[in-house]
Amino acid sequence: MKIHEYQAKALMRARGIPVPEGIMATTVDEAVGAVRMLIESTGNPVVVVKSQIHAGGRGKGRFKERPDVGGVSVVLDGIDGGVEAAETKVRELASAMLGSTLVTIQTGEEGKVVKRLYIEQGIDIATELYMSVLLDRSASRNIVMASQEGGTEIEVVASETPDKIIKEEIDPAFGLADFQARRVAYGLGFEGDAFKNGVRFLKTLTAFAADMDTDLVEINPLVVTTDGIVMALDGKVAFEANALYRHPEVLELRDESEEDPAELEAKEFGLSFISLDGSIGCMVNGAGLAMATMDIIKYVGGEPANFLDVGGGAEKDQIAAAFKIITEDPNVKGIFVNIFGGIMQCDIIAGGVVAAVEEVGLEVPLVVRLEGTNVELGKQIIDDSDLNVVSATDMKDGAAKIVELTT
Amino acid sequence: MSVLVNKDTKVLVQGMGKTGRFHTDKAIAYGTDMVGAVHPSRAGQVEQFTGETDHSGVQDRPDTYDVTIPIFRTVREAVEVTGANATVVYVPPPFAADAIMEAAEARVPLIITITEGIPVGDMVVTKRYLDGKHVRLVGPNCPGVITPQECKIGIMPGYIHTPGRIGVVSRSGTLTYEAVHQLTLNRLGQTTAIGIGGDPVNGTNFVDALGMFNDDPETEGVIMIGEIGGTAEEEAAAWIKANMAKPVASFIAGTSAPAGKRMGHAGAIISGGKGTAEAKIEALEGAGVVMAPTPTDMGSAMLEALSAS
Repeated sequence: MKIHEYQAKALMRARGIPVPEGIMATTVDEAVGAVRMLIESTGNPVVVVKSQIHAGGRGKGRFKERPDVGGVSVVLDGIDGGVEAAETKVRELASAMLGSTLVTIQTGEEGKVVKRLYIEQGIDIATELYMSVLLDRSASRNIVMASQEGGTEIEVVASETPDKIIKEEIDPAFGLADFQARRVAYGLGFEGDAFKNGVRFLKTLTAFAADMDTDLVEINPLVVTTDGIVMALDGKVAFEANALYRHPEVLELRDESEEDPAELEAKEFGLSFISLDGSIGCMVNGAGLAMATMDIIKYVGGEPANFLDVGGGAEKDQIAAAFKIITEDPNVKGIFVNIFGGIMQCDIIAGGVVAAVEEVGLEVPLVVRLEGTNVELGKQIIDDSDLNVVSATDMKDGAAKIVELTT
Repeated sequence: MSVLVNKDTKVLVQGMGKTGRFHTDKAIAYGTDMVGAVHPSRAGQVEQFTGETDHSGVQDRPDTYDVTIPIFRTVREAVEVTGANATVVYVPPPFAADAIMEAAEARVPLIITITEGIPVGDMVVTKRYLDGKHVRLVGPNCPGVITPQECKIGIMPGYIHTPGRIGVVSRSGTLTYEAVHQLTLNRLGQTTAIGIGGDPVNGTNFVDALGMFNDDPETEGVIMIGEIGGTAEEEAAAWIKANMAKPVASFIAGTSAPAGKRMGHAGAIISGGKGTAEAKIEALEGAGVVMAPTPTDMGSAMLEALSAS
């Protein structure tokens, strides 16, 4: 589960991890009001206006409505013009940003509407670095990853200059050891106060990641200020979905307006659903088979409209909900139902499909492939119905048929 | 021969709730030697199972069964009394990691965990706990392990399996059933089918399973089913190239999956350009593995790999 930067920083601040002072704003007036508070409390005349969306690349992103405005703007007007000049500039920026659509490398062309801004104090930066805590699947442990190449995407550093990446494996029984934290700090070139602060930062950040069950904590850039403070200038925190039940305070940070409405609806019915750009809707049991069904549609020349796993014990209501969600997508020109009945019996699925189609209605071609437990009974139910359904002998046959029917 | 489980496997159930009971009944019908259950709140009770024998399972049994299984407080007690040498975990996600550790502490040599949705952090701690315990964890988030007509542990439909020559190892349940079904139709059959599960942190990985099949005299070839996320397939490819003496066929799911999205399984996600299907397919092809272009072709890919070797 993703959260906004301002929420991530609030969690880190509560944990004693240094972050800049900042105030979240949902209106222009709130944004302007934050300026005086920040400048007066920090003594720094510079403020930064940051768009809050669940996607990276905001700094280089541009607004559709205002291509001259970036997703993150540093306001320097306060240096010469005082608080009032900074306020005027923030009013202008906030008016342009709030309600506008920010397009970044991660949002796709459609972009995301900015509904929240984070107004943050300016920081006097000495150096910019990178740090993250994430799962190393091969090691079955979290690792700290760090590099002196702050601001650059870590994937780029990893592919171009892998020797510049510092890694330390975290033993879950002991956490990051002091000597490991020192090793990372040496590797990042920390000296003097920054060294001590850096070691403390590493110990606190890795403990935070373990205690909060994070999927990823990424600080890019991590900065050393001119005062030797090691600080998270940006902060991205994502939480591991299976552990959310034990972090109710994190669940409250969920911003559903940042999520796909069809995916949210599917979740309510216990369906695993992901929207895609193609024209063939898929309904499948099992995650691996659902993925392979998308692949095979592509293999025979079509484009899948979604990933949908109805799970191992789908009931009639869930199947009806699945049909409804698939057919709500205006791009869908046909549907492929692909079931390998194990514990889930084909006749139950077939009955569910027939009932769902009768209830929801069907205006596009439907191909059904059934295999496994009670397959003959299932096929009989489909054949006996008055529905316009095409049966398939196997998965490849079904994919070929639905692609043919929709082109 | 086979790997992991056979007719001498004595199985405990941890978590005798609705799911545990349902699948224990199916396992008994198949002929699996289910010897006891661990469920602290129901300790001292027994669980009764009666029904019609599944004749696709262990052969030469009466048409009906009537089995009573004792429920214990702890795994240690259950092992002492029953002599169990395997356990299957159906315990709900918040408590499953503890159940695995309890089984490991009691030195149950094989711990098969079906539960889906265990927090990743719990599995990280659990795997650390298993270090040096000399037990094998299979799963979590997997269908289980089956040696046809000998022992079925987990949630897979028994009747699609046939004894035979091919080992199956997979991160996906339903794709395992596809492969098994095709191996039954083309008469190759299976020695053992192992679901290693769809989670990012699991017990047994591809390399472990390939090693067991490589050492099993009855296994003549292996079907390995992978998917996007992580680098377990790449590690398997390197191992195959260096060590595998038997032909391997493979299918990798997720060539059409978008980056950054979790495709149903917790572990099925391309992140930071890592874990793509393309990279896995390239690595496996480089190791001489015959790739099935679609799941429908897994059986024929295995035939091709066998005839080429």
